[in-house]
Amino acid sequence: MMAAQTGSVERLVGAYHAWAKNGASRAPAWLKDLRDGGIARFGALGFPTMKQEAWRFTSVAAIAETAFELAHPASRIPHPAQIEPFLLGDAAPHRLVFVNGFFSPELSSVAGFPAGVRVESLAQALVASPDLVRPHLCKYAAFQDRPFAALNTAFVRDGAFVHVPAKSAVQEPIQLLFLAAPAQDGDKRVVAHPRNLVVIEREARATVVETYASLEQNTYWTNAVTEIVVGDGARVDYHRVQRESGRACHVAATETHQGRDSTVNLHAVAFGGALSRHDLRSVMAGPGGTLILNGLYLLAGEQHADHHTTIEHAAPHCASHEYFNGVLDGRSRGVFTGRIIVRPGAQKTDSKQTNNNLLLSADAHADSQPQLEIYADDVKCTHGSTVGPLDPRALFYLRSRGLGEREARRLLTYGFGAEILGRMEIAPLRAQLDRIVRGRLAET
Amino acid sequence: MGKALLEVKGLRVAVAGIEILKGVDLTIREGEVHAIMGPNGSGKSTLAQVLAGHPAYTVLAGSVTYDGKDLLAMAPEERAREGVFLAFQYPVEVRGITNSYFLRSALNAIRKHRGLPELDPIDFLQFLEQKLKAIGWDDSMMNRPVNEGFSGGEKKRNEILQLAVLEPRLAILDETDSGLDIDALKTVAETVNRLRNPDRSFLIVTHYQRLLDYITPDVVRVLADGRIVKSGGPELAHELEAKGYDWLRDGAMVS
Repeated sequence: MMAAQTGSVERLVGAYHAWAKNGASRAPAWLKDLRDGGIARFGALGFPTMKQEAWRFTSVAAIAETAFELAHPASRIPHPAQIEPFLLGDAAPHRLVFVNGFFSPELSSVAGFPAGVRVESLAQALVASPDLVRPHLCKYAAFQDRPFAALNTAFVRDGAFVHVPAKSAVQEPIQLLFLAAPAQDGDKRVVAHPRNLVVIEREARATVVETYASLEQNTYWTNAVTEIVVGDGARVDYHRVQRESGRACHVAATETHQGRDSTVNLHAVAFGGALSRHDLRSVMAGPGGTLILNGLYLLAGEQHADHHTTIEHAAPHCASHEYFNGVLDGRSRGVFTGRIIVRPGAQKTDSKQTNNNLLLSADAHADSQPQLEIYADDVKCTHGSTVGPLDPRALFYLRSRGLGEREARRLLTYGFGAEILGRMEIAPLRAQLDRIVRGRLAET
Repeated sequence: MGKALLEVKGLRVAVAGIEILKGVDLTIREGEVHAIMGPNGSGKSTLAQVLAGHPAYTVLAGSVTYDGKDLLAMAPEERAREGVFLAFQYPVEVRGITNSYFLRSALNAIRKHRGLPELDPIDFLQFLEQKLKAIGWDDSMMNRPVNEGFSGGEKKRNEILQLAVLEPRLAILDETDSGLDIDALKTVAETVNRLRNPDRSFLIVTHYQRLLDYITPDVVRVLADGRIVKSGGPELAHELEAKGYDWLRDGAMVS
């Protein structure tokens, strides 16, 4: 196994150098340096092992032992009707669509933004407005100790770029859709490294929906990184929907960096993927910030999903509320790590974390580990987690009101999802996700 | 005198191997309000829970006939659909499900059983509005998750709201008065009084007499150590308030 993994690291490093000489050779020096730094770090770190604390419960053998090749632009653009199920209709007219990690102008729709607002592919932005990109790109998603973020940085090339200038507000949600298209050669397994940068400047406001989906139940690997910078007094409502193929591997990092008196509502739901790992790291860098981290994982069969969250209170008077629910059926496994760091001086921090895991079968398994590191003395930090089957008291309560046992179970289970989805403000998105949750419950 | 709605005969019940009810007999007729009083640990709540079908209790002996049917043979949901309602002493929180959604699901389960058409969300809202109006309440609790983050008083009020919407024939109130301040107690009592009618019976389980200052029962019974040791009219509640329970407990041991 180690040999296979080492070979895999070498192959990926080799693929990088081939690409750097060829397709990526016209990049400016600063970007080349960034990429070189990323691949050097990945080469040094290799794939993580379960001996490492941050990967205790998750094996990445499925990735390391598969010969994933760099994805190429799809030769055939999917038909618009094919992507309809992943869109939000009239509620979200603005969208950037990526196929296998490459921007697809044919499927995208970006028009009618307030002056100065940029919603485009990162590839375009790197050419057209590097001065907007460079101050932020890779400034938040640290990769020194994170091999997947390092690898993504090596292959920085395309993804979404959203820039909302100070005091501007984009009313309608902006959707970023990442689509895995079926491979032309059925046996070929590809990896895409989408890189997204979202900059919401001072007192600006935007709502974003980042969706990962697949047209077919094929095997591929997505390795995504999203950096979200939120200026003083700004607000972003960010929704991340992972509904990859049931045979896919999905590794991602979502980083938010908040200024003074800013608000971030970050929602993350995971339905798909055979193996998924999502690192969410939020830094509250200015005083008075508010963060809601709201997540749901709904797993069945052999699915494995690992959410690794870190909230860093680096300034005083910030509030963070974190809610993650897991619903696990079959032989699935959910892992949740909730790390909260309160830096010295971050007084009056108000931090609340809950992680509730519902086990629908005897073979399902959940690991929940809160990690509180508090270096200030005048703070309020609470956390709680549960792992277990449905509460028999609740079951009796519902039955005593006339609901049959099966219906009572379904309603209680649905509540685990509805509690999280109910915090999202975009009604059509809520409805779309609600349909997925109900559909899954109908199968149990 | 109305016909008997509930007849409990020689009921003996155990939980976790310990006998709690040691032979209870009582009959409740249509339209009557009965109070069961008694000290802590006397078996009052066990009686309430076993009538609702709580799976933790084992019936050792005796029978319970409800509307001519064997109540003990029914699953909890069947009892509810047949018109039995228990207002819980400790209402349970249901995450993610709004009161409104929960109530509509419950009401439709009951309506379906009765051969009535199910109500869609819009019809239900109209139905609910009428019910709320009838009891003089607003809809502020409807869009919150069931009992989640509710104060003790709100939880008890929510039980009474469910009672009003589900329109049972036999309503069992298990210490609904505990944890209520005097204003909330009056609100709950007034609502119960409005819901009294010739077809609906109440079994009010309470430790204190104060709820019975506002809801006048037809019959008061005292449960002590798993047996009914005394029965009387509303005046018995006042006597218990003045004298406590000890004189009855001693009496029960002698008899």
